[in-house]
Amino acid sequence: MADERADGASEGELEQNDGQQFGRLPETAAERTVEGRASREAVVDYFADRFGIPPETFDDYTFWEKGAGKIWIYGGDAPSPISIEAIGMTCLRTRQEHWKPTTDFVQRFGRHASDCVIDLEREEARRFAAGEDQDLEWWNGDWGYLIAAHEIAGEREPLGIGLYVHGELRSMVPKGRQRDL
Amino acid sequence: MEPLERYRPIIDDFEAFLAACERPLGNAVRVNTIKSSVERATAALEEEGAEYEQADWNPRVLRLETDSPGSTWTSFHGFTHGQEEVSAVPPVVLDPEPGERVWDCCAAPGGKATQLAALMDDRGTVVANDNNLGRISALRFNAERLGATSLAVTNDDARNYSLERFDFDEFDRTLVDAPCSCEGTIRKNPDALDNWSEGHISSVAGIQKGILRRAIQATREGGTVVYSTCTFAPEENEAVVQHALNREDCRVVDFDLGLEHSPGLTEWEDDSYDESLEQAARIYPHQNDTGGFFVAKLEVTA
Ligand SMILES: C[S@@+](CC[C@H](N)C(=O)[O-])C[C@H]1O[C@@H](n2cnc3c(N)ncnc32)[C@H](O)[C@@H]1O
Repeated sequence: MADERADGASEGELEQNDGQQFGRLPETAAERTVEGRASREAVVDYFADRFGIPPETFDDYTFWEKGAGKIWIYGGDAPSPISIEAIGMTCLRTRQEHWKPTTDFVQRFGRHASDCVIDLEREEARRFAAGEDQDLEWWNGDWGYLIAAHEIAGEREPLGIGLYVHGELRSMVPKGRQRDL
Repeated sequence: MEPLERYRPIIDDFEAFLAACERPLGNAVRVNTIKSSVERATAALEEEGAEYEQADWNPRVLRLETDSPGSTWTSFHGFTHGQEEVSAVPPVVLDPEPGERVWDCCAAPGGKATQLAALMDDRGTVVANDNNLGRISALRFNAERLGATSLAVTNDDARNYSLERFDFDEFDRTLVDAPCSCEGTIRKNPDALDNWSEGHISSVAGIQKGILRRAIQATREGGTVVYSTCTFAPEENEAVVQHALNREDCRVVDFDLGLEHSPGLTEWEDDSYDESLEQAARIYPHQNDTGGFFVAKLEVTA
């Protein structure tokens, strides 16, 4: 998922991304001042196109970049740029061919998703939470990053982000978040 | 337990106090309402056969009957967070509202900062600061696991904290959950008193005074500052608040607390403190079968 390049300032006029500070994402690609930075519009569109998360879900939030392509979602006040340790939570990895949401983001906002959600039985959910890969040939939706979910207390609940390729669901739950349940 | 003897004159039923300090503490979790209602979290616990008991004073605090509270589905989903029952008191006393700007100046590993965010429905700004970078990584991990989007994390000494990096210049409310001698955690950490000394107490008290003064300065007129520690030593509690009363524009105010507690002290050894300090709360382990805590609520008056 590449952000539209053409209508922004030409590459030569753009600042280099400073990996040490948080910079707020520009509204649209045309307003971009930092080289290669995704726009808010592209991020919100990505969540809508891929997962069916309604764009208005993010009306009260701002998006920020720190490091190369690491996007953060924040609900508070802050000027841009700002040099602090963290701002809200990491939500997405950009500056790569396939953008990748984080497990923590998916657990927080994935309940709003309607597409590319793979519903797991309890035993499959257990393996997913433990960080294991598993063959799930029955899935006939899209390949790529999916939201894995299961049912808990009578409702669907997102577990984290998985990568589905060649009949296999790979758990992308980070090591520190994996649990033997 | 030896160092605790000095509290014999101020604690009613001192033998019950000592006996409680000897007993290990059970597991408690706080329901993280950023991700789940209390109803859903308890239904999920029941579904996986985990026994719990809801605290009378706070329905979001659950006492869990399990040895591994970290390996439940509710924990994996961030519906619950392991947090000592009394440790959930200071944010409730600070009572922040959605949309406010709140400073948690000693925030790592983040149990209270994320509780503040939850009390604000995760709307507004919670600046979670700590001067220890190692502990900040635990704070960040917890904030992400619990889905707190209103947190901004900084790594500085709270005593000379600058707000210049932000686009506002004061907070509505501030929590000072100060570093302390941790006497009240004896039930969780049996070695909590191993390095106990009066010298240590007086050196942390110096740091506490510096932090509390800066907290009051950084909070707007009419705003609220809560000062808390997990220790019994009056030098780190009433004496620190008294120091702030002498040097900064503030007063001690009353608050409701649904847990059994004792009033703050107005004298200790050769010192006496302002009468308003009776409105502070000393929570002793034998009163509610918890750890120990001190909490004072201040209003900033200029
Ligand atoms: C009692 S702990 C805070 C616990 C935290 N509020 C929670 O609920 O998870 C005190 C913290 O104060 C931090 N600290 C000590 N001196 C400090 C200072 N001068 N400025 C800022 N933080 C400090 C310590 O690193 C420690 O993490």
